[in-house]
Amino acid sequence: MTGLGNLIKRNCKLFFKDKGMFFTSLITPLILLVLYSTFLAKVYRDAFVSSIPDFLSVSDKIINGAVGGELLSSLLAVSGITVAFCSNMLMVQDKVTGARRDLTVTPVKRSTLALSYYISTALSTLIICFVAVGAGMLYMLKVGNYISATDALLILLDVILLVLFGTSLSSIVNIFLTTQGQMSAVGTIVSSAYGFICGAYMPISQFGPGLQKALSFLPGTYATSLIRNHTMRGAIAAMGNAGVPADMIESIKDAVDCNIYFFGEKVSVNAMYAVLAGSAAVLIVVYVLINSLRKPQKRK
Amino acid sequence: MNNVIEIKHLSKSFGQVKAVQDLSFCVRQGELFAFLGVNGAGKSTTISVMCGQTAKDGGDVFICGKSIDSGIRDITEKLGVVFQNSVLDKALSVKENLQSRAALYGIKGKEFKKRLDELSDMLELGDIINRPVGKLSGGQRRRADIARALLHKPEILILDEPTTGLDPQTRRLLWDVVGELRKSEKMTVFLTTHYMEEAAEADYVVILDSGKIAAEGTPVALKNKYTGDFITFYEYDEDKINALGLEYEKVGGALRVCVPDTAAATELIVNHSDIFTDYEITKGKMDDVFLAVTGKKLTGGEEK
Repeated sequence: MTGLGNLIKRNCKLFFKDKGMFFTSLITPLILLVLYSTFLAKVYRDAFVSSIPDFLSVSDKIINGAVGGELLSSLLAVSGITVAFCSNMLMVQDKVTGARRDLTVTPVKRSTLALSYYISTALSTLIICFVAVGAGMLYMLKVGNYISATDALLILLDVILLVLFGTSLSSIVNIFLTTQGQMSAVGTIVSSAYGFICGAYMPISQFGPGLQKALSFLPGTYATSLIRNHTMRGAIAAMGNAGVPADMIESIKDAVDCNIYFFGEKVSVNAMYAVLAGSAAVLIVVYVLINSLRKPQKRK
Repeated sequence: MNNVIEIKHLSKSFGQVKAVQDLSFCVRQGELFAFLGVNGAGKSTTISVMCGQTAKDGGDVFICGKSIDSGIRDITEKLGVVFQNSVLDKALSVKENLQSRAALYGIKGKEFKKRLDELSDMLELGDIINRPVGKLSGGQRRRADIARALLHKPEILILDEPTTGLDPQTRRLLWDVVGELRKSEKMTVFLTTHYMEEAAEADYVVILDSGKIAAEGTPVALKNKYTGDFITFYEYDEDKINALGLEYEKVGGALRVCVPDTAAATELIVNHSDIFTDYEITKGKMDDVFLAVTGKKLTGGEEK
């Protein structure tokens, strides 16, 4: 593992110093913030208010806490994947610039190099996501915070698992990319599509039944739901305490994807953790296998 | 002297393209070895195979006695490579680049600082050491590339067209440093270049054409074999030169006569001493050798 620490340091530095790569990774979260500030917050708020009968009095603070929790969960759900993909583009960029040739002409093992990309991507993404969690918590304190300390810790756990999953997935995709064009294409597709398919822009419950079924096969769906459960649990519980009936609470949880169904069966939070952690582990194994089986890069 | 590089019957194809075909040659310790060929002749493929970055189809490659098939990690510790284009990280400073690369050879802390000071003195890196590589001029970047290749004191330095596009001052510095290292550390230099005057300084030259060796030998042997000598007359009577019945051409204010070899030139001087008042006898150039061997001209990277 000679040089692993320095390679990780190098990769992280390059990600944060390369303004193009850094800001590209933040495009999806920024789009989400723009959408939220222009109309999404109002849509979410109206949805909550309209779902609660007029005779019940639920304070604005609770509604704002629920809306803020939904935003924070969406923000973290997209960041964990899109930032990981963009940060891991360094793997491709090194092939494009020729830096990879310079790295592989040293005694460093290819497995060490592969591990360095994985760890540095996970670290860079975690740094950005944790900053987002911190900023989100400050925002929640301002508008109405119902996130308990336990939920805050669970959110961090959710983010870590999501980042590991996103890093593994991006590592497997990026290993096959070799050109600037491919890199841009994948970056654009992930940045533009992931916000929709993970339910960040619009809850999955709003999609058609076919698409909902298809999305229930994606581990990212459960990551969004996990985070949303922990960012919104306090606010939803406060709604219950304010007199909102239990069946209505379940409807709200269905509507905001706190409840996710796999072919009609409600998926428990523990099962969501198992899916997310399990898929991250499987993808890590696949990444290791691909790296071990691939021959040296061929070129003229 | 020992052979530090031995290549036996190396072959490599990319689809239908035979990049290298049955290539065999040796490089001796401390030698300046020049590998010539137009673009696509197979030079970079050979280097890539030697560095373990491209899998070969057949043949054997031994570097410092070890086969690339079984000892590539040991081999990479002995190789320093200056690539055709700078491959350092443009967003990082020269020092950050050197630090991250040195760590891959296990060079860290005080050891790195000491080596950095040595290289900084050797390659005049003082002014640029903390500047991002992306903001350096071509010459400055090249100096950083060479420092990176020399970080771990390699036994063999591979220079893949190291001076293309460089200013004369940086070219001079590069060759001074390389010359000093060859003298002091018996470093072997494996050079590919498009500059024939650089190839003429080599101890041994291999000319590659379409993946095969077209000619090899010392520059003098190649010149003797593939070109004649030239007698340049600075004072002359053209009628008398014409009467010799030899091929000649006007070059600047002089007149250049081509003779088969030095013996023929000597014979002319003895037999026609009256016309030899102000003259010079030179051997053919490596450009002439390259042209005679491959039928192509090699000028600054372009085949003509």
